[in-house]
Amino acid sequence: MDMKATKKLGLKERYNLMTRDLAWNPSYQAVKDVFPYMEYEGIKIHDWDKFEDPFRMTMDSYWKYQAEKERKLYAIIDAFTQNNGHLGVTDGRYINTLKLFLTGVSPLEYMAHRGFAHVGRQYPGAGPRVACMMQSLDEIRHAQTQIHSLSNYNKHYNGFADWRHQHDRVWYLSVPKSFFDDAVSAGPFEFIVAIGFAFEYVLTNLLFVPFISGAAYNGDMGAMAFGFSAQSDESRHMTLGLEIIKFILEQDPDNLPIVQAWLDKWFWRGYRVLTLVAMMMDYMLPKRVMSWKEAWEIYAEQNGAALFNDLARYGIKVPKGWEQACKDKDHLSHQAWNVFYNYGAAAPFHTWAPSEKDMEWLSAKYPETFDKYYRPLWQHYAKEQAEGKRFYNGTLPMLCQVCQVPMFFTEPDDPTKVAYRESEYKGMKYHCCSDGCKHIFDNEPEKYAQSWLPVHQIYQGNCFPEDVDPTQPDFNPLAEVLRWYKIRQGEDNMDYADSPDKKNFENWRSQATGN
Amino acid sequence: MAVKSIAPYEFEQKDTADKFPTPLLYIGWEDHKMFCAPFCAPMPPTMKFGDLVNGALPGMYGAHPDFARIDWDQAEWFMSGKPFTPDMDKTLAEHGLGHKSVIRFRTPGLTGLSGSCF
Repeated sequence: MDMKATKKLGLKERYNLMTRDLAWNPSYQAVKDVFPYMEYEGIKIHDWDKFEDPFRMTMDSYWKYQAEKERKLYAIIDAFTQNNGHLGVTDGRYINTLKLFLTGVSPLEYMAHRGFAHVGRQYPGAGPRVACMMQSLDEIRHAQTQIHSLSNYNKHYNGFADWRHQHDRVWYLSVPKSFFDDAVSAGPFEFIVAIGFAFEYVLTNLLFVPFISGAAYNGDMGAMAFGFSAQSDESRHMTLGLEIIKFILEQDPDNLPIVQAWLDKWFWRGYRVLTLVAMMMDYMLPKRVMSWKEAWEIYAEQNGAALFNDLARYGIKVPKGWEQACKDKDHLSHQAWNVFYNYGAAAPFHTWAPSEKDMEWLSAKYPETFDKYYRPLWQHYAKEQAEGKRFYNGTLPMLCQVCQVPMFFTEPDDPTKVAYRESEYKGMKYHCCSDGCKHIFDNEPEKYAQSWLPVHQIYQGNCFPEDVDPTQPDFNPLAEVLRWYKIRQGEDNMDYADSPDKKNFENWRSQATGN
Repeated sequence: MAVKSIAPYEFEQKDTADKFPTPLLYIGWEDHKMFCAPFCAPMPPTMKFGDLVNGALPGMYGAHPDFARIDWDQAEWFMSGKPFTPDMDKTLAEHGLGHKSVIRFRTPGLTGLSGSCF
């Protein structure tokens, strides 16, 4: 008898059989009862089958690829750990960028996992559902690999131990936290435009990439490894973000103004989160990759502009606030690092004034602004520190109601004037840092009137450990807030110069490199 | 535009005055960004404006070399961005300052470290 071999399935057939063919239409329940969130945002989708998944990945190949990447990643992490790789980084200051990443970014990966799982469940179309499910799995893998990689540093350095606890409490972490909470509490279409497109597509090269290239430049094989392991996922996420926005726009002309409003909002929300990255790039990396300004010019002004030119055929315009963001590029990182220098006692990582050599670099990268506006500040701080009077700001700052960043941002055309914007809602005053944030507040005041602003929460008495009695005469509110944050005074916080981290790093490194 | 929601969207405002032991006042010193952002501090409505200036501000701003050089008679004051002339003997409430009001002061001639507005 002749053997009859079945023809091997092509990629497209396999994809169809193993994704779209697994979907079905409900027969004894109404579609809108099964997918109840599809209409209230005003987005109209007529034919979900028009969504083309550009990767056409099936679950079996997904597991195969991811398992392969995991094997490589953990081999590198093991080698890094066993060789005391942490002593090979350029300087102990570098390790503070990892604390910023772990407290500020890794919890967002986890939130992205939850968000994509949620929207994947809500979309009736099989193509986007499968793509969202894979992204959801990627995101939890990213959170896990980051936690694993950075746990090695937790064995040796302060400030890594309570990142999850701190993410929900510490003042500057309310910036990334509220950003993602805002997105996941929106509808499924707003979420995917916010995170899938504005964040993953438009801004990812300014968020994730700078940390990973920073790791590469500073000899951190551990962080580099999780970055590379995430890279192919990230390109899939970017493509999903772009394809889904095109799909939504192609489905109905009524979708355009809604999507445009979301782009305006989420570009600005994302841009405000990038404040933390800007200062990391210019001030926290001992060996810098490029300046924030250069990164902005390449990834936003050049690549972003090309993207928006491409989307112009759908009627999409460059997001509101884009112009201001371009003007800020000469100032953002310097002003932001001053915030952390001011409140260096209340953050679980170390801060420092730039050295003379650092300032030479800054001056070369920011020839029009650094010497004129920012050098005198750092020189003053250095002088005070040399006299034993390192400046710490002891009064709490005013925060923006929307982005929750301390109100340090200046007027777009005057870097010497702090910008104040005020709104009134239900008899209360609300304050924002910029036209961008005020616009977002004014559009949805009922949402942002609920903001959990860390400074206000402290004054309401909600940020002390349970065992303290604020009526006692020796009650020290700021020390109690630190205890509630689980920031150990003198270990996790304050200037790098005085830190146990610095002492240990230098001591260990000298043992590793000599007798 | 309002929040699009699946059900009536009514939630409490988080920061109404009744939640605070003392109402909040925001204070900014123009051209002195060494203090990176305006301050947020609880200030009783019965506090005299003079006590704010002489009692509270030195603790907040005293670390700046310009602070000791301030001539308070020359200072210009703004409430929600609009100029006003404070009366040092009147209370904050009498000036119309309430919960989450924002005031700023400018000290002519003083423009921060080496004139950098820091």
